[in-house]
Amino acid sequence: MVRSRLSFSPDDRVNAFLTTCPEPEYGTGSLEGLTIAIKDNISTKGIRTTAGSRILEGYIPPYDAHVVTLLIAEGAAIAGKTNMDEFGMGTTTENSGYGPTFNPLDKGRVPGGSSGGSAAAIAGGMVRMALGSDTGGSIRCPAAFCGIVGLKPTYGRVSRYGLIAYANSLEQIGPMARTVNETSRLMQVIAGHDPKDSTSVDLPYCHTPDKNIQGRRIGVPEEFFGAGVDPAVAAKVWEAIEELEKKGAEIVTCRMPGMAFALAAYYVTCTSEASSNLARFDGVRYGPAVDTKKSWHDAFQERRGKSFGKEVRRRIMLGTFALSSGYYGKYYAKAQAARQQVKNDFTRLYKDVDVLAGPTMPTIAFRLGEKADPLSMYLSDILTVPANLAGVPAISVPCGTVGGMPVGLQIMGRPFEDEVVIDTAYAYEQAVV
Amino acid sequence: MVSERDVEHIAGLADIGLIKEELDDFTVQFNRILDYFDILDTVEGDCGYEQDRYNVLREDVIRPSLLQEEALKNAGETEDGFFKAPKVM
Repeated sequence: MVRSRLSFSPDDRVNAFLTTCPEPEYGTGSLEGLTIAIKDNISTKGIRTTAGSRILEGYIPPYDAHVVTLLIAEGAAIAGKTNMDEFGMGTTTENSGYGPTFNPLDKGRVPGGSSGGSAAAIAGGMVRMALGSDTGGSIRCPAAFCGIVGLKPTYGRVSRYGLIAYANSLEQIGPMARTVNETSRLMQVIAGHDPKDSTSVDLPYCHTPDKNIQGRRIGVPEEFFGAGVDPAVAAKVWEAIEELEKKGAEIVTCRMPGMAFALAAYYVTCTSEASSNLARFDGVRYGPAVDTKKSWHDAFQERRGKSFGKEVRRRIMLGTFALSSGYYGKYYAKAQAARQQVKNDFTRLYKDVDVLAGPTMPTIAFRLGEKADPLSMYLSDILTVPANLAGVPAISVPCGTVGGMPVGLQIMGRPFEDEVVIDTAYAYEQAVV
Repeated sequence: MVSERDVEHIAGLADIGLIKEELDDFTVQFNRILDYFDILDTVEGDCGYEQDRYNVLREDVIRPSLLQEEALKNAGETEDGFFKAPKVM
């Protein structure tokens, strides 16, 4: 294969990149010569990968994530690795071990998270497209806050091989770009079966966005406009939904009672999975070395205490607690029952409607430092976590601004109907250009 | 309600390296978060989450994998081609 090189030197004033590749190689294919940024929790052979954590400082993966192999095979130029909340744990990108990323539209505000670097790299004009990962909203939140498009694919549609795991049962890698069309184009390359990920399904995505939504039934759950949603944001999103109605969609208001405990179910599940996944970071196989002369408890505590940030340690402890004997029934088992109820809500609603719509985030981008209290940050994920709990596809597409900052319209679809989600977002985008 | 002692115990189980100065903050935040989680008490039933997944099995045949040197390249310390870990005994 003929490989060429291009030059990449972004004017990165927002700390979007943790690593840049000044002269990336590219080849021929559907992404020929396009610079694509990769979230730093996705393994790139020979390119430093830290997942935003000091505990992986200096780590150089010996292999590529499956999605990276696919991008390279289609001619993409890997431009660099983007900043993120450590291991994906955050809604602002302030929890990075390497300093926060700033929102390119207002440097006093966060870009959202955890894929904040990827969103900022696109919104700041540094790259055309990027990969993010979404465990509870980490693609859609920064897409909404930075005014770009981000898709969380159906669970299983994109391989997670080479993604540094945080909460396996919830997370998916997904595409981010300026437009729905480009998001779809990137999805086409990364979706498909990978035998190295046992949750991967054999369902390639070969689709060209279609803006005809005549007769499509769009459900609007009341709970998505409940307390905590900024009325100005809610009004913008309603305008967008009315725009879809003008284009021939039918709007149906509905209820999602499972929303009452979705956030608690999500946080118990993700912290439990994290407590197990992050046990591997002990300074033995990768990252800054552990002191092998000390006894193992002392040595591991010293390494993990020094190199994990506060939010990561908090979540590992919460998960350890939720899974500990005597509390498992109260927290983890109940969270799984709640998760099933959220999934049942989607199943019931999708018998009547084709997609669900609402705001992506309850507010515009927070000011830096605004969400210093962990629980108040968690609460801002309420509108994005249901799609992860149920494994359904969900997209955020820009739908205007409030106070000069972008607002995201979220569209969720039936499992494996990522195409319908893309088309609905495309119909809105094309209606307002 | 969890106490500082509970938090210390959990931190020990998770080898998280909690220092004394952090204990107060962590305990307060822990309790606020756990209070919020109490909403799960209102969930009826204990039926778990149904997975639409199944076991994926394959023949036990050797496939290409990392070379030993590649696998060890990021290690802090190695000895005779192995990872070196702190002593357990």
